[in-house]
Amino acid sequence: MTDRAQIRMLPDGRRLHLHDGPIDLIVEAFGEPGEVKLAYRAAATRFISILDELCAELVFLRSAACASGDLPSGVIARRMLAAVLPYAARAFITPMAAVAGSVAEEILAAMTSNSKLSRAYVNDGGDIALHLTTGQTFVVGMVERPDLASIFGTTTIESTDPIRGIATSGRHGRSFSLGIADAVTVLADTAAMADAAATILGNAVDLPGHPAIHRVAACELAPDSDLGSRLVTQFVEELPGREVSVALQAGVQAAESLRDAALIRAAALNLQGETRVIGTTNSLSSVSLSSMKISTPQRSLAHA
Amino acid sequence: MADDAIRCDACPVLCYIKPGRAGSCDRYANDNGQLIRLDPHVVLEHAVSRGGTVVPFLEKSGQWDGSLVSGAETFVTAIGAGTTYPDYKPAPFIISSEVSGVDMVTVVTEGIFSYCGVKLKIDTDRHLGEECSTVRAQGEAVGHVTTNEYGSQMLSLGGVRHLTGGTRQEGTATCDTLLTLCNGKAVELKIDDGAAVVVQANQPPIVDGVKEERMRVGCGSATIGMFAKQWFGKVDEVVVVDDHITGVWSEHQAGKLLGVPATGIKMKGRRSTPGRYFRVAEPGKSWGGTNIENPLSILSAFDAKVAKPGLRLLMVSTTGEHYGYFELDDKLLPVEKELPPVLRESVERIRENCEPALCTVLFMGGAGGSLRAGVTENPVKLTHSVRDALTRVTCGGAPVYVWPGGGITIMVDVSRLPENAFGYVPTPALVAPIEFTMKLSDYAALGGYMDHVLPLSSINRNHDEDGRKRISARPDNPWPLAPNRIEKSRAEK
Repeated sequence: MTDRAQIRMLPDGRRLHLHDGPIDLIVEAFGEPGEVKLAYRAAATRFISILDELCAELVFLRSAACASGDLPSGVIARRMLAAVLPYAARAFITPMAAVAGSVAEEILAAMTSNSKLSRAYVNDGGDIALHLTTGQTFVVGMVERPDLASIFGTTTIESTDPIRGIATSGRHGRSFSLGIADAVTVLADTAAMADAAATILGNAVDLPGHPAIHRVAACELAPDSDLGSRLVTQFVEELPGREVSVALQAGVQAAESLRDAALIRAAALNLQGETRVIGTTNSLSSVSLSSMKISTPQRSLAHA
Repeated sequence: MADDAIRCDACPVLCYIKPGRAGSCDRYANDNGQLIRLDPHVVLEHAVSRGGTVVPFLEKSGQWDGSLVSGAETFVTAIGAGTTYPDYKPAPFIISSEVSGVDMVTVVTEGIFSYCGVKLKIDTDRHLGEECSTVRAQGEAVGHVTTNEYGSQMLSLGGVRHLTGGTRQEGTATCDTLLTLCNGKAVELKIDDGAAVVVQANQPPIVDGVKEERMRVGCGSATIGMFAKQWFGKVDEVVVVDDHITGVWSEHQAGKLLGVPATGIKMKGRRSTPGRYFRVAEPGKSWGGTNIENPLSILSAFDAKVAKPGLRLLMVSTTGEHYGYFELDDKLLPVEKELPPVLRESVERIRENCEPALCTVLFMGGAGGSLRAGVTENPVKLTHSVRDALTRVTCGGAPVYVWPGGGITIMVDVSRLPENAFGYVPTPALVAPIEFTMKLSDYAALGGYMDHVLPLSSINRNHDEDGRKRISARPDNPWPLAPNRIEKSRAEK
C-alpha cells in the first residue's frame, strides 16, 4: 500500500478520480447505487499498487517488444506486451505504447468482476476501456487535438458492437510521436489494442523528410525516453492542403491494413483541421460534426 | 548531455528531467536544476474538469467510504459562520485555498448591519403612492416611496433611522420586513394615501389584491413609435393611454412620417410635444396606470371640421391589457364596436412585448465599520484593498456591487444568495453573510490574522459530522474564487 495514490470523487459526485504519479484516471460506473459504490471501492483497491507493479518492470517495458523474448511477470505488463506484439515485427514499438489502455482495462476488470454494472468506463487520459451490457450504449466525443477541449464529432458505441476500447494519440499529448497527426482516435476490441494502434497510426500520418516538420531526438527531450535517439515531432508548420492530404492518406492506408487484420474496428485521423474516417462497422459512420458543449464544473458552497 | 537533467523522485517512475522539461506526469518539472511542481496541471485540468486539490487516499481512517471530498471547487460562505463580537477578535473563519497556483484566503464572517436596508423595484405602472410617502408594515413606518423608473416604482425600506432611530416597535417592524424580504419571502406594505402591495423577491407584485402580470411595453409615446407602422391602413386613429405620456398616432411624429391624416381628435391633459400628452387623467390602477375606467373620458368632442362619420379609433393601454375599438357615428360620437381581427393582432403584439412584472430586492449595507477589525488589525487597509479591487467581496457567495467612494457599502440581489442567508439580532439589526477573498500575500500585507488562517481541507474533512451544509453554486453567479473576475468598483483613474 502507498500513501502516494490519490483517490477521490470528482465534485460532480458521480465520477471517481484516481491519480498516482503519471497515471490519471477518470472512472464512472452505472448501476444500482450499492453496486456502483462496490465497484468504486474495487477500483480504488486495485489501483493503489499499479504504479509500483509497472515500475518494477519499467526497464523491460521500455525496451523494444520481441515475440521471442521473455514474458514480464505483471498482468498489466503482459497485456501491454500482447497489445504491441502484432506490430513488433515491422516497427519499433515498446510495451509502453499500450500502457494507458492496459491500465484502464485492469481497473475496469476489477470493477466488473466485483459488482453488477449496466455500463462503466475507465478513462486513462484519453485511452478508455468500456463495459456495456445488452442494450446499453456510450456516446463518445472526439477531439481534434488532445490538448484542446473542442469536440469535432461524436460516435455512439452499442453493446452489439465488438468495440470495448477507445484511444486517442497525437503529437500534442504527453507522449512523443514520430508522426505529425494532431489526433488519431481508434476504436478497437480492447483499450490496450486501441492504445497500441493509435500510437502506430499517429506515427503513420507523416511526411518523411519534410522541411516544415521539426524533429528532435527523443532523448534530447527526455533522457530516459523509450524512443531513445529516434526523431520525434516537436513542431509542424502550416502545411499546404495537398500535403495534409498526402500525410493523412498514409495514415488511412495504415489504418485500413490494421482494420483488415482485425486489430482495429475504426479510426479517425486529424491533421491541421482535416479529418479522415475509416471503419467497416457502423460505429464511425455515425460521426456527427456537432459542436458539443463541454460541461462546466459543478461547484458548491459550504456554509460555515 | 544528461548531466543537467535531474532525477525526479516524486513517484517510482523516477524520470530524468531536462531543464525546462516536465516529467512523464507533466506535473513535476526541472526549472534551472530545481525540481518544481507545476500546478495546476493543464492536461489534468481538462481531464477532471477543474478538479482542484486532490486528497490523499486512506490518510486517516484507512477506509475510503466512496463519498465526496472536494478541493478548491469549494467556497466557504459566511452563512451561519457567526461573528466575533467585539470585532477586534479574528473573524470566525479565515480559509486558505489554492486557486490556479495562487494561495488565496477568504475571510468569512457574518456582519451585523445596523446601517442597512432594501431597495425595492416593483415593476408596475399602477400608482402606488406619491414620492416621499411613508411605506408601512405592521402599521409602522419602514421606508418611503422614492423615484419612478421606466416601468417600475422604487421603494426604499429600512435604513438606520427606521431600524434604531424611532420607536422600539418601528425598529422591530423594519427589521422583520427587511429580514423577510431578504430571505425571499412575501411582505405586505401599505403606502400612506396609496396602495397596499404584496412584494416578494422575483415574484410579481400584488397591488390592492390584483396580481400585476406585465410591465408596460414603453410609455404611450414609445408604444406609438414601436407599433405605428403596424396600424397603418387598418385604423384611422390610435390613442395609447398612459399615466405618464399618452400617445396619439395621427399627431405623433411616427404617424406624421407615415402620412397618417389628421382625425380631429381632441385630447384632455397637457400637450407636451405633438402627439404626446401629460396628465390626461389622475394616476390610478386602471388603464395605463391612470384612474380611468372609461377611456373616452380623456377625449373631448372631435373637431367637426376635420372628423368624419365612420372614423375608426383604437384605444389601448401600454400593456395591451385594456383596449377599446370605436367608430364615429353621424354626430361624430364614438360608439364602441367589436375589435376587428387585424387590430386584435396589434393589441396582442403589445402584450407579447411586455416583460413579466417582478419585484426585485437589493440588500444594501455598510461593511465599513468595526467588522473590518475581524479581518485585519488595520481596518482602513481592508477598505483600500476592496477599493483597489485586490479584495473581492461576496455575500453568501453572490457577487456584490461595491458603491464607489468611502467605506464598504455593498448592494446585492437577494435572489442570488442561498435560501435563508440572512438573520437578525434584537438590536435590531440584520445579520448578513460577507466574505472577503484575496491573495494570501495581500492578506499578510494588510495586516491579516495570519496565525488564524485554516486550510480549506480542514473544512472539507469529516463533513458528515461537522454540521456544514453543502449546496451547489448557482451557475449564473461568478465563482468567487475565479481569477480575473474582480471588478473595479472605483471609477478608472
